[in-house]
Amino acid sequence: MALDKPYTDVPGTIIFDAEQSRKGYWLNQFCMSLMKAGNREKFKANERAYLDEWPMTEEQKQAVLARDLNWCMRTGGNIYFLAKIGATDGKSFQQMAGSMTGMTEEEYRNMMVNGGRSVEGNRYIGEDGDAQAHRQPQGSAGQAAQKGN
Amino acid sequence: MARITASVYTSHVPAIGAAMDLGKTKEDYWKPVFAGYDFSKQWMKDNKPDVIFLVYNDHATAFSLEMIPTFAIGTAAEYKPADEGWGPRPVPVVKGHPELASHIAQSVIQQDFDLTIVNQMDVDHGLTVPLSLMCGELDPVKDAWPCPVIPFAVNVVQYPVPSGLRCFNLGQAIRKAVESYDEDLNVHIWGTGGMSHQLQGARAGLINREWDNAWLDQLINDPVACAQTPHIDYVREAGSEGIELVMWLIARGAMADVNDGKVTGKPPRVTHRFYHVPASNTAVGHAILENS
Repeated sequence: MALDKPYTDVPGTIIFDAEQSRKGYWLNQFCMSLMKAGNREKFKANERAYLDEWPMTEEQKQAVLARDLNWCMRTGGNIYFLAKIGATDGKSFQQMAGSMTGMTEEEYRNMMVNGGRSVEGNRYIGEDGDAQAHRQPQGSAGQAAQKGN
Repeated sequence: MARITASVYTSHVPAIGAAMDLGKTKEDYWKPVFAGYDFSKQWMKDNKPDVIFLVYNDHATAFSLEMIPTFAIGTAAEYKPADEGWGPRPVPVVKGHPELASHIAQSVIQQDFDLTIVNQMDVDHGLTVPLSLMCGELDPVKDAWPCPVIPFAVNVVQYPVPSGLRCFNLGQAIRKAVESYDEDLNVHIWGTGGMSHQLQGARAGLINREWDNAWLDQLINDPVACAQTPHIDYVREAGSEGIELVMWLIARGAMADVNDGKVTGKPPRVTHRFYHVPASNTAVGHAILENS
């Protein structure tokens, strides 16, 4: 019998459940290793070689090398674990969260200062809020993409 | 006997800790956040507890994916501030209360809550930021936190997290456990995390001021109904990380007006309440309730 997963219809959101956790086990454990200063140094010295020490999938390694946090999450990463990569790069939580929206750091910061992202249109997939798939990427990156169409 | 006299609710945003550690609290961005805690710092001095029972969540710090306890109680003598990747926060070591913690563990397990007992762990921003907000800046070596702390970690990282109702009932069990401890101790219970925030995906940055405040009204005035809020409501309305709010229900369930799952006593006094957007990605909520 299927598990009860009422959260798959929330736009722009991946819930880290048992299935994601199983997929992302080694990706997240690699992230965990970056809590030790010595491992951070080793990773920075040769990222690919350090990643190859872990039984991660090739896709997970590519996602880490690209610092594409949305991609990392799709392959089972969890933001609290992925934050260790950001910390290694000297990035704040706000910079990391912002990077997943396509907005520039300034655009994202301004959105937060102005009260954050509205929930209107962003509760269910299929509405028209700014977190919906058809409105990505956001910010000036999104405007540039639209002009290109 | 030991008694729970008050409950404190507060967000535990890591950037708040960083702002304090780096001396940024007077900057325009941060001033309104810390202004909301001026009252609370004075209140802590005037109402110093003997022990703080601090409900928080670990953020992939002490618990990796190797072990994921749903409820974990710290029974150690002390806990070091963790290195979460930016280096440990420069705050005092957290002293525990092994005797009361062990007593609570035994009593709560006998009340059918399966706690994990932890004798060795570091504590992350989830625990140290609330302490900093309520106690102010302290020197990591010369100063100490005002009293011993019992860390109580709740899994809100991997779904499914415990339900609001389970947390609310657990709070009641914790109160019974505290009240069966012979020594006269003034205990505060803190529920931390939240309020609305989402740290992931295209929906990152979600804030829901209206929902947060309605939820907090209900937590204070009708906690039995608040405990019925399903997980999906937190996710949809308050963001994927807004689910941390279930931890506030543990503290609320431990207040004196709640008995056998119902509100039967006099409601607690709302000593302080504060709300501000934003701190980094998050809506900051804070309240102090005292038993009448």
